[in-house]
Amino acid sequence: MKIHEYQAKEIFSTAGIPVPREKVACTPEEARNCAEQIDLPVVLKAQVLVGGRGKAGGVKIAKTLTEVETVAASILKMEIKGLRVQKILVSECVDIKSEYYLGITIDRAARKPVILASAAGGVEIEEVAKNTPEKIIRAEIDPLLGLLPFQLRNVSLALFSEPRLTPEFTGIAQKLYRLFTERDCSLIEINPLVITGKGTLLALDAKINFDDNALFRHPENEALRDLSAEEPTEVEAKKAGLSYIKLSGNVGCVVNGAGLAMATMDLIKRYGGEPANFLDVGGSSSPEKMALAMRIILSDPNVKAILVNIFGGITRCDDIARGLLIAQQQANITVPVVARLAGTNAEQAQKILENSPVLWAKTMTQAVKLAVAKAQEAK
Amino acid sequence: MSILVDQNTRLIVQGITGRDGAFHTKMMKEYGTRIVAGVTPGKAGQEVEGVPVFNSVQEAVKATAANTSIIFVPAGFAGDALLEAVFAGIKLIVCVTEGVPTLDAIKAIAVAQQHGARIIGPNCPGVISPGKAKVGIMPANAFRPGVVGVVSRSGTLTYEIAANTNEFGQSTVIGIGGDPVIGTNFIDCLKMFQDDPETKAIVIVGEIGGSDEEKAARFVKEYVTKPVFGFIAGQTAPPDKRMGHAGAIISAGTGTAQEKIAAFQAVGIEVVYEPEELEDKLNSRLR
Repeated sequence: MKIHEYQAKEIFSTAGIPVPREKVACTPEEARNCAEQIDLPVVLKAQVLVGGRGKAGGVKIAKTLTEVETVAASILKMEIKGLRVQKILVSECVDIKSEYYLGITIDRAARKPVILASAAGGVEIEEVAKNTPEKIIRAEIDPLLGLLPFQLRNVSLALFSEPRLTPEFTGIAQKLYRLFTERDCSLIEINPLVITGKGTLLALDAKINFDDNALFRHPENEALRDLSAEEPTEVEAKKAGLSYIKLSGNVGCVVNGAGLAMATMDLIKRYGGEPANFLDVGGSSSPEKMALAMRIILSDPNVKAILVNIFGGITRCDDIARGLLIAQQQANITVPVVARLAGTNAEQAQKILENSPVLWAKTMTQAVKLAVAKAQEAK
Repeated sequence: MSILVDQNTRLIVQGITGRDGAFHTKMMKEYGTRIVAGVTPGKAGQEVEGVPVFNSVQEAVKATAANTSIIFVPAGFAGDALLEAVFAGIKLIVCVTEGVPTLDAIKAIAVAQQHGARIIGPNCPGVISPGKAKVGIMPANAFRPGVVGVVSRSGTLTYEIAANTNEFGQSTVIGIGGDPVIGTNFIDCLKMFQDDPETKAIVIVGEIGGSDEEKAARFVKEYVTKPVFGFIAGQTAPPDKRMGHAGAIISAGTGTAQEKIAAFQAVGIEVVYEPEELEDKLNSRLR
């Protein structure tokens, strides 16, 4: 789960990591009030849950209060990568001497948290990692021992030309790691971390992603969720225990299991179609869940055919078939539905669907070909 | 032979009195897996499907000489259950539980490594050596005893792929799990399959996210002489969207299906684009 910069900065501030003087605003008038309290000039930063907002024009300096209002108004009208800007962070203009990157994330291969630092700060760190990996300083963190003082000393001395910064840097990095573990983060990042004109360190930007799997024990993380930034149907699906992602094609799919769902989408593409969604119904196969899945898919007007691909293990195919019948009655399904139900109780499922409008396919490939053909006929 | 589980497996079910634990105890037992004990704290003395229940893994191990454990406890308790099994001396622990916090998994895996124990998962369907033992939740009828080793990050996709190798059957099928951090990776399984005389061919079922498939490809080049087939799910997945599994996400342009397919092809792993192609490809290499 991602949170906004201003939320991450509040967490930093509470943890004792130095951040600029700043306030969040939802209207041009509020932005003006914030600027009055902070002192001019100020930086206005769009708060959206995607990267690259600077390039998109979502970060601007304003020198007068009138300018604050006009710039704020223009940013609040923006849409960045499909997301509407609803909040602006009004921040003091910091005198920057140099910029660095500092972050902690999970190294999947090492199965450990890792601290990453670079003197190439302020830019996309992924680009640095890809093109000039030697510019990234990294230290793997032993999950049982934590971030050790010698590791931080070494990172600091490799990062800065001035050894005097070591205690200050160590303090910030330790606080960052404490936040990482205490709040169950998957990523925590300061980009850029700057040395100011006064020679001290300051977190100019902040990014925190929380581990979705750990949200159950962090109501304080869940409370920061910005639902307006999420696709409403995806939120509805999630509440029902379905994993749904809307895509742009016209073949809707209902599949059990994430891997099989992706493989089904790939096969649709392979046979000349375009998947309309990713949908994993999960392990449970209650008819209500199936009906909801069908309803969510049909709420997308692009859908011209629906493919149901189930490999039954715990999930019983006869349950799925009954769910399909109920969905047919309740949801008023007007597009062709192709079902391929294999595994547990597949024969019973075929009998249940015998006299229904649902088209039966024996294999995954046959089902995909048929669904793609039906979607194309509808065009 | 086979790998990881067989007739010598003496299994404990952690969370045996729960809905999933009880159901799969029945299914595994019907398959012929030797289940020697179950554990649910506070429920010692009960029986589930004729299996005695103990309060702790330590008591269960002492009474039954169990050597393997499977975990069905809820996500918030799975990290603790893993550590309990490790400290009780269990050397193979399969964690079926989905939604385990990453930092809990990381700690348990680090401790397991220090104790010489292997964790499979979390968030995995488990391990089956067809005809010998099933330590997992997979439907038994999708598998047949044979010579193909299958290792996969998925659940139902594993069954789909395995069902398409049934002409040759499987030595062992391992679902390593769909989380970002897992106890056993492709390389561990590839090594075991290469060293297992019964396994004649290996199928790797990967998906988007991370770089485990690329690392597996490099390992195949260095170590594996048996025919290897690869399937990658998620070619049509958009970036920055988590495709169900916590680990299946393309972030910052890395972890794409295209990269993984290219890595496979570069080392001579035969890439399969749909499960049904597998039967023919196996035929041409094994006959």
